[in-house]
Amino acid sequence: MHNVIQAVILGVLIGGVYALMASGLTLVFGIMKVINVAQGALVILAAYLSYALFTHLHVDPFLSILVVTPAMFVLGVLVQVVFVRTLRGPDASELSLLVTWALALGIEGVLSVIFKTTFRATNPSYANRSWDVLGYQVSEVRVLAFCASAVLLLLLSVLLTRTRFGRSVRATVQNPTAAALLGVDERRVSTIGFGIGVSMAAAAGAVYGVLYPFNPGSHYDLISRLLSIVVLGGLGSLGGAVVAALLMGVTEAVVAVEISPTWAAFSFFVVLLVVLLVRPQGIFGLRERTL
Amino acid sequence: MTALLEVESLGKRFGGVTAVDDCSFGVPEGSVTALVGPNGSGKTTAFNLITGYARPDSGSVRFAGASIRRPDPVRLARRGLTRTFQQARVFADLTLVQNLVAALQQPWWAAVRRAVRPHERTRTLELLEQFGLSALAEERAGNLSYGQKKLLEFATVLMGEPRLVLLDEPTAGVNPVLVEQIEERIRDLNSRGLTFLVVEHNMNLVMRLCDPVVVLDHGTKLAEGRPDDVRNDPRVLDAYLGG
Amino acid sequence: MSRATAASLVRGGAFAAAGIAFPFVVHAAWIVNIGVLTLMYATLATAWNLFSGYTGYISLGQVAFFGLGAYTLGISFEHFGIGSGYNPLFALPVVGAGVALASLPVAWIALRTRHMTFAIVTLTLLFVVQQLAFNLHSLTHGSSGLMLPTPTFDIASYDRPFYLAMLALLLAALGLCWIVLRSKLGLMLLAIREDEEKARGLGVRVTGAKLVAWWLSIAITAMAGGVWAYYLTFIYPESAVDPLVMIGAVLMTFLGGRGTLWGPAIGAFVLVPAQQYLLTRLGASELYLVGYSAVFMVVLLVLPRGILPSLRDAIERTRERRRTHGKRITRREAAA
Repeated sequence: MHNVIQAVILGVLIGGVYALMASGLTLVFGIMKVINVAQGALVILAAYLSYALFTHLHVDPFLSILVVTPAMFVLGVLVQVVFVRTLRGPDASELSLLVTWALALGIEGVLSVIFKTTFRATNPSYANRSWDVLGYQVSEVRVLAFCASAVLLLLLSVLLTRTRFGRSVRATVQNPTAAALLGVDERRVSTIGFGIGVSMAAAAGAVYGVLYPFNPGSHYDLISRLLSIVVLGGLGSLGGAVVAALLMGVTEAVVAVEISPTWAAFSFFVVLLVVLLVRPQGIFGLRERTL
Repeated sequence: MTALLEVESLGKRFGGVTAVDDCSFGVPEGSVTALVGPNGSGKTTAFNLITGYARPDSGSVRFAGASIRRPDPVRLARRGLTRTFQQARVFADLTLVQNLVAALQQPWWAAVRRAVRPHERTRTLELLEQFGLSALAEERAGNLSYGQKKLLEFATVLMGEPRLVLLDEPTAGVNPVLVEQIEERIRDLNSRGLTFLVVEHNMNLVMRLCDPVVVLDHGTKLAEGRPDDVRNDPRVLDAYLGG
Repeated sequence: MSRATAASLVRGGAFAAAGIAFPFVVHAAWIVNIGVLTLMYATLATAWNLFSGYTGYISLGQVAFFGLGAYTLGISFEHFGIGSGYNPLFALPVVGAGVALASLPVAWIALRTRHMTFAIVTLTLLFVVQQLAFNLHSLTHGSSGLMLPTPTFDIASYDRPFYLAMLALLLAALGLCWIVLRSKLGLMLLAIREDEEKARGLGVRVTGAKLVAWWLSIAITAMAGGVWAYYLTFIYPESAVDPLVMIGAVLMTFLGGRGTLWGPAIGAFVLVPAQQYLLTRLGASELYLVGYSAVFMVVLLVLPRGILPSLRDAIERTRERRRTHGKRITRREAAA
């Protein structure tokens, strides 16, 4: 029992970080029906940026969020304008899947050239500290990462519910035609929305490097997790992404402890299939087959 | 006349909006029944519930005496219940002949046969002739005008030899000549035993063509009966004209 | 037999003849090797198109079944003793059919979702199968890789049997596509691609049709994996279930033209040699990936419809222009 609760704690903590990464992914889908397969690669890019800042300028990884996030917001805007916006026609969604996949490969390639394929990890002095809470081991960096993620997700939800821009975003998600007729600038919403989605990944990436060793190829593992999360939660649903991410974190951690670490990822896929069997639209997704 | 379709206490909510509420009516066999009502009265939702494109929160549907537990478009079509859509939907990249042949209901082992067999072609050409579309038989369906698409869609649902056809606003957005043509087709097919349930806004057409007329308002049935009776019902007048 | 049918058969026959002759005429092993690779991608792309091109559901997990076919054949050597020389190749249809059958439950669940979800679920499947290949040590030897016995073919013409096996698979794939396209099943698939909800409303058995197309596509993909494994005699998870192979096959189909018969093969014939060239030039450094990425971007952004459909459009437009041009002259003559 003790091990299971320990695993649940660990699962929740890491789930929070995945929730942050996934939020960007599902937000972008909600706005423009585009799946950014490069989200994982962008997380890794941010991890490298944070790593470089730490290794060369001794910037604390959590502080580097303040630098990396705006920088990658700009990158996100650029990517959307140059690559994603040009896709037109009925196949735009599927083409975007492939274009962003190609982009992810490009990012992986560039990172491999610059940093080579050796695994890196950002190791601030407190990386291995952990606290003892009621008999359970709680890693300091994981708590910090979780808190950072929670704060950012809160900021995102405030942005979406209490600002004018947020209202434009939600209108576009629910009914793009009506939103456009009411004066919402769809292009602006798409571009800024994409930028925000990438910034979420960036912030998560800045701390990811402290939690796990990474190399350019790590984005595959990440994106496969993120994709499962957004589908399980319901494409376009922020709340769904958060719930699904926590569910994934807990499932994988518990399976790793109770059965074996090698089956952790597979067990989550089984959870995904079972949910899709009952609700093809995901936990919080809208009914698929309506007119 | 027995009821071919019976709708009992159908209910459906979308979020906070009740689209259909305790709605009950019947479609007598061999009739052209109209489903009318002001905008937002739940007509299209009722259609979607009956034909399996939305799942009802409550209530039941009986078709040809059998209770339909979970309406599913494919199974309903194979039992003889089929529909058209508000925005005429055709298979755009296929020819008219292909559009029609695709609607032929065949057993699964027929899938290996040739796509369009000679006698099937002949049958589709005959049907296209009745709808005045035979000159366009090999044309790409996406190139048709809106009115022609509506005709094609109507013809397509007939290929499966249905017992009941639900027409969702068959004359919306269509010129008067075409309205006449569609009305003529409905009368002709009805005289040969085909039952119709029609959602319509064109009241003149409804009064000429349909009996009974079912009036919905705010998701529930307001009146049901002969066109003249319904037309003079004060509640109906209220619903259409009142606030 | 109609003219169109005869023409198709002549084209197919000519291609088959040229294909068979190739390894006997060309003796440089490295060229035949590229030929094997090209045919493999052409087969993968054609099989992918059979499902995704005709139904409109983009599957991004095909390569998982390529890997499953590879591993199944490899494991069969260890546990079933399927012989040497040409014999193992005769086990392929069983491998293909078996893998395809096993995939049906997952496909059925995935096909109940909308297109985008389906694409994501299949992509996830790719990573999960790769993970399984790593994890099931006792069966697959994990990251150490699985060794297959060396085929007992003549060293001088070693690549030839594999080339011919791949060619046979490609011809089978093309033949299947051709038959399906002409049949009622093909009409059902096209209707599903055009408007699945309308097809449902007409009583078309959409689930069954999609699953049949899926089964055919996976069976061929798995068989290609088997041939490939036998060719290399050594497979490991990252190479057997390689996301790059997946996106490569998808891209070749897009380049050649989705939903066409020869499009995917044409895309492969163009991109594979280009890919190999990139590999030899940049393979040592990681710039290879960047080059790959650039090629993909160009194909997707510049020619999203693909070669064949764009060609057909261009021909159609020239015909239109000639028709109206001819009419204009007559009118002018009449006015004069």
